[in-house]
Amino acid sequence: MGRYLLRRLLQLVPVFIGTTFLIYWLVWSVPGDPFAGKCGDRGCPPNYRAMMTEKYHLDDSIWVQYASYMKNLFQGDFGITFGGREISDIIATSYPNTLKLAVVALAIEAIIGLGAGVLTGLRRNGFLDNLVLISTLFLIALPVFVIGFVLQWLLGVKWGIITPTVSNEMRFSELIVPGFVLGSASMAYIARVARTSIAENRRADFVRTAIAKGLPMRRVVGVHLLRNSLIPVVTLLGTDLGALMGGAIITEGIFGINGIGRQVLRAIVTKESATVVGIVVVLVLVYLVMNLLVDLLYAALDPRIRYE
Amino acid sequence: MSEQSAPGADGSGRPSGRLLEVDGLRVEFRTRDGVAKVINGVTYHVDAGETLAVLGESGSGKSVTAQTIMGILDTPPGFVTAGQVRFHGKDMLKMSPEQRRRIRGEGIAMIFQDSLSALNPVFTVGFQIAEQFRIRRGMSRSDAKKRAIEMLDQVKIPNAKGRYSNYPHQFSGGMRQRAMIAMSLALDPEVLIADEPTTALDVTVQAQIMDLLGELQRERQMGMILITHDLGVVADVADRIAVMYAGRIVEEADVYDLYAKPAHPYTLGLLNSIPRMDEKGQELRTIKGLPPNLMNIPPGCAFNPRCPMAQPVCREKVPPLLQLGRGRASACHFAEELVNRD
Repeated sequence: MGRYLLRRLLQLVPVFIGTTFLIYWLVWSVPGDPFAGKCGDRGCPPNYRAMMTEKYHLDDSIWVQYASYMKNLFQGDFGITFGGREISDIIATSYPNTLKLAVVALAIEAIIGLGAGVLTGLRRNGFLDNLVLISTLFLIALPVFVIGFVLQWLLGVKWGIITPTVSNEMRFSELIVPGFVLGSASMAYIARVARTSIAENRRADFVRTAIAKGLPMRRVVGVHLLRNSLIPVVTLLGTDLGALMGGAIITEGIFGINGIGRQVLRAIVTKESATVVGIVVVLVLVYLVMNLLVDLLYAALDPRIRYE
Repeated sequence: MSEQSAPGADGSGRPSGRLLEVDGLRVEFRTRDGVAKVINGVTYHVDAGETLAVLGESGSGKSVTAQTIMGILDTPPGFVTAGQVRFHGKDMLKMSPEQRRRIRGEGIAMIFQDSLSALNPVFTVGFQIAEQFRIRRGMSRSDAKKRAIEMLDQVKIPNAKGRYSNYPHQFSGGMRQRAMIAMSLALDPEVLIADEPTTALDVTVQAQIMDLLGELQRERQMGMILITHDLGVVADVADRIAVMYAGRIVEEADVYDLYAKPAHPYTLGLLNSIPRMDEKGQELRTIKGLPPNLMNIPPGCAFNPRCPMAQPVCREKVPPLLQLGRGRASACHFAEELVNRD
């Protein structure tokens, strides 16, 4: 287990360097003058230009730029915007909001998706099964912004059940509908994967053995069937947290949440390259850590993986 | 030929004091392509302390009969259309699911062919044995563990204590089948059904497992139903043999009688196809043709297209399973001639 963990941690290093370099390179090599429009109509004063050029090594090759950025990053320095704001501040205010939203989405996804998947997997072709199949198809087919705007309008404006936008306090009750919107597509996939997995294992030999042992049905399903069927679902759920955070941009926009999606969008439009890179680097870290956690959980759920 | 019917086949449903009886059982599989008649009136029984071998090729219905006894037949597609399965004289097919569940493991237990897929891959072998003591007997975790280790010891798994916390994939095939046996015997069943327990194993390991099974069966005075397609496996262990073909019993006899004088051409064919030392270098004798398509079983005797003795009557009349005396029965129009030839 220790060796496995070490190996997996070491694997993160090249992936982290590769992905962050790609992002850095992509963002900073956008054609055009990075100072254009940054200082109003007049153009930036030379000493400011000189300072920023030196700070981001704009006169050097991309390799030098990246290396110095990473050096600063490991010292906790995300750099500053062209306006002089600490990028770490932006990250510190926007990340928790997005994380909250994504966690709520993940929870809704896990509870509803898994529940629907298990129920329909055990009883295929019933009324519930058809209902779930059709509604999941609906959720997968509809773009997130359609679901978002429709729910916002129906629940928030027409019926007044929820507030149409989320306040700065980010209360849990306010996040349920945005979380549902954000997690809707994944929820549908979770439900379908769980359904298939349960239905497949339902006929597995080891389930038959459990029945032949005279175990009560709830134990056969709850212990023998579920544990095996959860493996693909857990993989899907775990890797989804990063995807939810990265994909929150539309949901954040609809419900007025000050999260990373909004910040990244703004930074791209205003060519705040350092901000874009900073936010994405943290997102990459989230992905990598979640992936590692999923692999560890995977090994915990399926002993056959542990010793390989 | 006496007109008396085969043992237990009276179809009356009266309790006969037998431990386990299958009586006139019919099972069909309703699939998209049609209805496959998998079991067509199977009748057999097993008593305490005796071993019945059920012999037949794949598709003969031997495993489906066992699954019906255990109540683990996949429905759909499998449906029981007629017959009874009586345990201590009571028809299990009429029992509530809860009553049936209580018989499983304690009354009738089963060993499956492929121990790797039959054991749950994500739980330790010990857990899967101890689970029964905990759930069925309400034992504490530590007591259940102790009993499970005893069980592993009884099936001669070395270092049972250490092996307790191993997962199925960490066992060798033979050891895994031993663990499977330990699991099936945990609740001290009265009847043990072993569905091809050695088919997935090496020949040398096969013999060890069969010896172990035979020993445990004698020790515990269980009734055992040994399902196999391998004539070589049954000779030492079985008391009686029932040969199945196309969902019917075609011959039933004591082991010695069956080997000495088969009363059905199918059994004769099976015996002839065993490789023999004195025929070394010669081509193996086989039964020509293939088992029938169960969606379209030939009229008359199901074996008639492959039978070297087939006569016109075989294509018209289904031969009933008739008693030939001394506990043997055959479903062949020419059973007497077969037995009386030299």
